[in-house]
Amino acid sequence: MKALRKFLDKVKPQFEPGGKFSALQSVFEGFESFLFVPSTTARSGVHIHDAIDSKRTMTVVIIALLPALLFGMYNVGYQHYLAIGALAQTGFWTIFAYGFLAVLPKIVVAYVVGLGIEFIGAQLRHHEIQEGFLVSGMLIPMIVPVDTPLWMIAVATAFAVIFAKEVFGGTGMNIFNVALVTRAFLFFAYPSKMSGDEVFVRTTDTFGIGSGTVVDGFSGATPLGQLATHTGGDLTFTNIVGEPITTLDAFLGFIPGSIGETSTLAILIGAAILLISGIASWRIMLSVFAGGLLTSWICTFADPSTYAAALLSPIEQVCLGGFAFAAVFMATDPVTAARTETGKYIYGFLVGVLAILIRVFNSGYPEGAMLAVLFMNAFAPLIDHCVVEANIRRRMKRAKQINSEEVKL
Amino acid sequence: MVRVIKLKKGLNLCIEGEAVPGNDKPVTSGEVAVVPDNYVGLLPKVTVKPGDKVKAGSPLLYDKNHETVQVVSPVSGEVVAVERGERRKVLKIVVKADGAGEKVDFGVQDVDRIAPEALRDLLQAAGLWVYIKQRPYDIVADPNVAPRDIFVTAFDNAPLAPRHAYDLLWSSDNRALQVGLKALARLTQGKVYVGIDEEANATRLPDCVEPVVFKGAFPACNAGVQLHHIAPVNKGETVWTLCALDVVFIGRLLLKGSIDLTRTVAVCGSEVAHPTYVTACPGTPVADIVGDNLVPAQHHRRYISGNVLTGVRVMPDGYLDAYHSQITVIPEGDETHDFLGWAMPGLRVLSLSRTFLSRWLPSRCDSNPDARIHGGERAIIMSGEYDKVFPMDILPEYLIKAIIAFDIDRMEQLGIYEVAPEDFAACEFVDTSKLPLQQIVRNGLDLLRKEMC
Repeated sequence: MKALRKFLDKVKPQFEPGGKFSALQSVFEGFESFLFVPSTTARSGVHIHDAIDSKRTMTVVIIALLPALLFGMYNVGYQHYLAIGALAQTGFWTIFAYGFLAVLPKIVVAYVVGLGIEFIGAQLRHHEIQEGFLVSGMLIPMIVPVDTPLWMIAVATAFAVIFAKEVFGGTGMNIFNVALVTRAFLFFAYPSKMSGDEVFVRTTDTFGIGSGTVVDGFSGATPLGQLATHTGGDLTFTNIVGEPITTLDAFLGFIPGSIGETSTLAILIGAAILLISGIASWRIMLSVFAGGLLTSWICTFADPSTYAAALLSPIEQVCLGGFAFAAVFMATDPVTAARTETGKYIYGFLVGVLAILIRVFNSGYPEGAMLAVLFMNAFAPLIDHCVVEANIRRRMKRAKQINSEEVKL
Repeated sequence: MVRVIKLKKGLNLCIEGEAVPGNDKPVTSGEVAVVPDNYVGLLPKVTVKPGDKVKAGSPLLYDKNHETVQVVSPVSGEVVAVERGERRKVLKIVVKADGAGEKVDFGVQDVDRIAPEALRDLLQAAGLWVYIKQRPYDIVADPNVAPRDIFVTAFDNAPLAPRHAYDLLWSSDNRALQVGLKALARLTQGKVYVGIDEEANATRLPDCVEPVVFKGAFPACNAGVQLHHIAPVNKGETVWTLCALDVVFIGRLLLKGSIDLTRTVAVCGSEVAHPTYVTACPGTPVADIVGDNLVPAQHHRRYISGNVLTGVRVMPDGYLDAYHSQITVIPEGDETHDFLGWAMPGLRVLSLSRTFLSRWLPSRCDSNPDARIHGGERAIIMSGEYDKVFPMDILPEYLIKAIIAFDIDRMEQLGIYEVAPEDFAACEFVDTSKLPLQQIVRNGLDLLRKEMC
């Protein structure tokens, strides 16, 4: 490590103002602080600081995303081999490799585009490179269908990073969750590649792996997609080859859907990591689930002939679609969520309520979690405003009381 | 029945180098310096020049805004230098001690008889007024404003706090403390509250004050936290805050008729070979206090007057701050380069975060943190961090944002008049975004004072 440190010290002057590569100063500093903890010491105020920094915070979130990501990769392969009827004779590692190769380009594209813009932005403003996009860049590939073209992801990521984040001042200043803005952009700009029956299961080969022809009776509709088109009485979800699927399948994640969202189990492992490490707010997570379960229960009293989702039990509602993923990874984004402790309960609860309401009562959008979180992002400042005003009112009332007592005296 | 206030929020840090009471060796120093910067809110006008002979209690400078508020020499001797910096700002006044111990005689006073006006004048003439601070603004108290109440803090639970110095309040310094508190009680129409951490000590306080017991981690010892829970400051009100260790000075003045600014000072921190206590007066050179009581090492060190959270950095050739009873020495850490520190399990790091393994191990007191910030400054990203260590009904994040934006109405509404920079020390420690919160609050208070006056 000493040699590396020496090398960095040697080349550092060239990146400083006036040096040969001064245009890359932010990038150099970004890599330097990535390799070595900055040795800057306190100038004012406290002389000792907590060892936590935003790099470590973001790293923990990425670790929490890994179970869902890895399962998502496996499930991409699983759904593919199921579609071509070759699941039984394909080994675990082949299935995983297929999914890995299908997902990896998306991760690379999201990071290259997003971090590229961040690097340029940081250098233009002579800022340090901030870590926020490390998480966003991981979230983006996990919330898109496997067959979304890479160029669309690139365009949407660029749009989101520039217009949802950089124009507001960068990490910590954005109003809307960057990953969800990416998804919303894709959803409204290219709806045919973000929903429907065609995009959630890859039927062609990936880099030459897994070629085959789709079995008869194949339908790539997700359970929520089936729900949106369901009419009449009893509802049984089927998988892509027409076999019925149970709630357990949905909980474990062997259903078609966006890459990272299908396995509620893997998401719950991520939730455990976030909560045990104290990075995410348990208040938000708990209240999203509370709001979702309560609303689902109320919706079971709706008329199933008009609203087919009324046939689902609350447990099925939270296991299907992106609800759990949104609750654990999207709603808890500290920057765009409510920031007051009381506000977090309200914010989370309303995210849960809205996600289910959109799902049940708006047949145009089979999935409501994305819109619910974005909508509440917009309302989080209002919720906080009310909490802050309550605090201010307490203080003003106290002052008034004392003033009026003085007048009496 | 003594009122007990329990605070749940706070910062419990245990670090290496706590001072052990010994024989409290007196530090004899050839020189003593008065540093005007110690006295926040005071605009110094120097009244001595090099060569002047002074006694302990002779004025060295006064406040241009309140000419009766003076700072006096703690020892007798000769003024050897008045050092000035940019724009002729007075940096320090150095007095060479002659060891004669001559003192200005202010006359022994009976605290029960002395008139409040006479007491005020005496405290200002004897240079003890600067130990009275006021809220709002956390500055040296304005002598023209009568305080609603007076708050005295009589314990300290910051890391490596000089506990022994506070223990003396209940034994050898108790008489002076009692007289000092009685004197304070004569200066206000309101009450004198004394914040203590053990019920038993309430019996060693005079009847004219009201003891309040505080149970909780740092910053429970801060005047701001205590007064917030006892009787918060509203807009337009002024209260005084004092440290009980400084009240002892007032008691001694009345009892002896002359000033005696001797303090029991903790010499602590992981860089100190034998953390111990000495006695010294404010302005004693740090080098004389620490001496050769250091662990042999080649790396840079940081000398702090006060504790690691609220203290001020002093150079090795600096001086003990007027308000502090503690010199802390820790490693600077600027030569340390931790490889991939953000990804390491962190068995021995000092952190409140559960992302480090050390948080899951039984708490130990052998961590020796250095002065590194451990990261880059960011916008406020994480929410609710400050609230966990801020035991007041104030929204710290919103107040900080209002200060940064300098929105006066908002600052008033969110409680700026109740806080001092030190109240944000725990928040600054835990802050993932590494913002200089105490500096932000200090600047905000100074600007606000300029706007309001």
